[in-house]
Amino acid sequence: MVKQIVFILALLVTLGVFTYTFFRVLAYFKLTRQDYPIRHLGKRFSQMMKVAIGQTKIFRRPVIGLLHALVFWGFLVILIGSIEMVVDGILGTERAFRALGVVYDVIIGAGDVFALIIAVAILVFLFRRLFLHVKRFTGIEMDHKKHVDANIALTLILILMVSLLGMNAFYVQHAAAVGHEIHGAFPVSRFIAPWFASLSADQLYLYHEINWWVHILVIFFFANYLPYSKHFHVYLSVPNVFLSRLDPLGKLYTMENVKKEVQMMMDPNAAFEEPAGEEEVERFGVKDVEDVSWKTYFDSLACTQCGRCTAVCPANITGKKLSPRKVIMDVRERMKEKGPQMIKQGKDYSDNKAMLRDHITEEELWACTLCNACAEECPININHPSLIVEMRRYLVMEESSGPGDLNAIFTNIENNGAPWQYSQEDRMQWAEELYINES
Amino acid sequence: MSKRKIEVPLMSDLHARGEQPEYLVWIGSAGAYDDRYKKVSRSLIKVLTYLNISYAVLGVEESSSGDVARRAGNEMLFQMQAMTNVEILNGYGVKKILTADPHAYNTFKNEYPDFGGHYEVWHHSQFFHKLIREGTLHMNSDVFKDKILTFHDPCYLGRANGEYDAPRDVIKATPAEFKEMPRHKSFALCCGAGGGQMFKEAEAGDREVFIERTEEALGTGAEVIATACPYCMVMITDGLKYKDREEVKNLDIAEIIEQSLEL
Repeated sequence: MVKQIVFILALLVTLGVFTYTFFRVLAYFKLTRQDYPIRHLGKRFSQMMKVAIGQTKIFRRPVIGLLHALVFWGFLVILIGSIEMVVDGILGTERAFRALGVVYDVIIGAGDVFALIIAVAILVFLFRRLFLHVKRFTGIEMDHKKHVDANIALTLILILMVSLLGMNAFYVQHAAAVGHEIHGAFPVSRFIAPWFASLSADQLYLYHEINWWVHILVIFFFANYLPYSKHFHVYLSVPNVFLSRLDPLGKLYTMENVKKEVQMMMDPNAAFEEPAGEEEVERFGVKDVEDVSWKTYFDSLACTQCGRCTAVCPANITGKKLSPRKVIMDVRERMKEKGPQMIKQGKDYSDNKAMLRDHITEEELWACTLCNACAEECPININHPSLIVEMRRYLVMEESSGPGDLNAIFTNIENNGAPWQYSQEDRMQWAEELYINES
Repeated sequence: MSKRKIEVPLMSDLHARGEQPEYLVWIGSAGAYDDRYKKVSRSLIKVLTYLNISYAVLGVEESSSGDVARRAGNEMLFQMQAMTNVEILNGYGVKKILTADPHAYNTFKNEYPDFGGHYEVWHHSQFFHKLIREGTLHMNSDVFKDKILTFHDPCYLGRANGEYDAPRDVIKATPAEFKEMPRHKSFALCCGAGGGQMFKEAEAGDREVFIERTEEALGTGAEVIATACPYCMVMITDGLKYKDREEVKNLDIAEIIEQSLEL
């Protein structure tokens, strides 16, 4: 009974903090702009099954990708066991899902195997981070705190897996010692169990309890640590893929507010058709975090800073300042910096800083070739180029402060319909004196 | 062998005669003005003429698709270009567009529908690939026999629109020996010209993107680096000059077909 009360209190604290975080994040989303509508749910579902559940894009780097996929699939299986632990904790039962019979054996058995696989994978990940120089884990955006965050998350997962195996092993050995029936299958921990054969039944029970509590309390802590960590992706990557754009990467979205203006410019009659509305005049493009769309903010929260985008960026590869990962991370940083005051004092709050220039420089934005290598690579379908173009739109249309060479081509296109300063009358010169051989 | 002069049909002339060509061939600004790339326009037209394709061009009525303006942040200018072009294209009742430029291809296919421009858009590599598959286009000559060819994927054909096979299958229809670069298809490295870079100085860095890519292409031992985009052509040609390797040729898919057919 005491165990149940303690458990329920711990659960309530966990859910309480989680609820607070949820509404906090939701308030930040309310500061952002609209994006494309979420339609075609069937297509979205299959995209999610393929890219998120099937981990197709993570396999673009096959070796380390396989390790990640195993961790992910393992988590999905072990999650069922965790839910059982919560039920057991509330009701005071032991292995409440055992009524599932063979299915239960499969789930628990798979979880037992995955616990070992995940533990090994996490050790590999930690070893890589601590002792190998992996280039994509470096960069100006990857300060000391980012590495500490990564290592904390990995360590917590390692503790989770060790305690799960410990819980299973002591459970098996205790059942053997007192002659109870064993529920579930334990292909890995039944080989660990005999290591503790010399312990008494009471000791085995105590160690089982310790592992059980460590496991569930670390889950509770982890659940509330994640939203403040780069490992928020544990929650958000699957929904991020579900919500990600379905259009070809080449398509840029049309600015409807610009379209209205252009239509009026090109067709004077259109100006009379629609009476001037009371609409709030919205800034063209993105200057600060309140100008980004909810989807871009979602991207920034879901990003796990793996750096696959930056590793394939042609600008970054050739030593330019642009790092697509940094651009996405800056959105989250800036919201963390400005968001709380905007919630308190309203959306007009200004701290005399902006995401543009104080976080993301013009030099970074203009180094992009819009090649979409970053978006193609991102395992969770983050779209970096759309944000870069939005920030360019602000620079060009609000400030006219793009690079001089680009202003020159804009003038040329306006005047003679080509980026170069040639007369439109000369557009057919290429076709002069054109002959074909006839046999 | 005799020579015949090609008079490139203009949409306005055909329209005046009440004729409707099957394809509108979009030449693009580079195709009209860039000295190297003009040759690609000529090759494309020669091949289309050889194949008896029903087509016409807009000529002086053509204007920038607006791709570069849009990607450089000038949405206003892009939309003006788009609306003007759509008005002209729809005015002529254009149904199918054929172009050698993946940027125009992408813009027409994915972005013009927002402005009332709905067309069946073909990149020339896809068009020729279709004719090869159907058996209409054969390249039997030995021009490329025993030559090593590699292909540089244009970002706006590849990653932007998922077309990787068509240009490869065109190359493979010649007797050349085809070799891939280490980074190819969806992993391909950009030539460095997109997003407006073609028209401006690169930001400070260790090196230029086009040199990195040209070195990768040369690493295959290729005698011909095939491309299928006006930007890529400019950049790779510059790269070959920079590396002092001008004995290696940089040819567009249309030129490879033209040379194979000895037109």
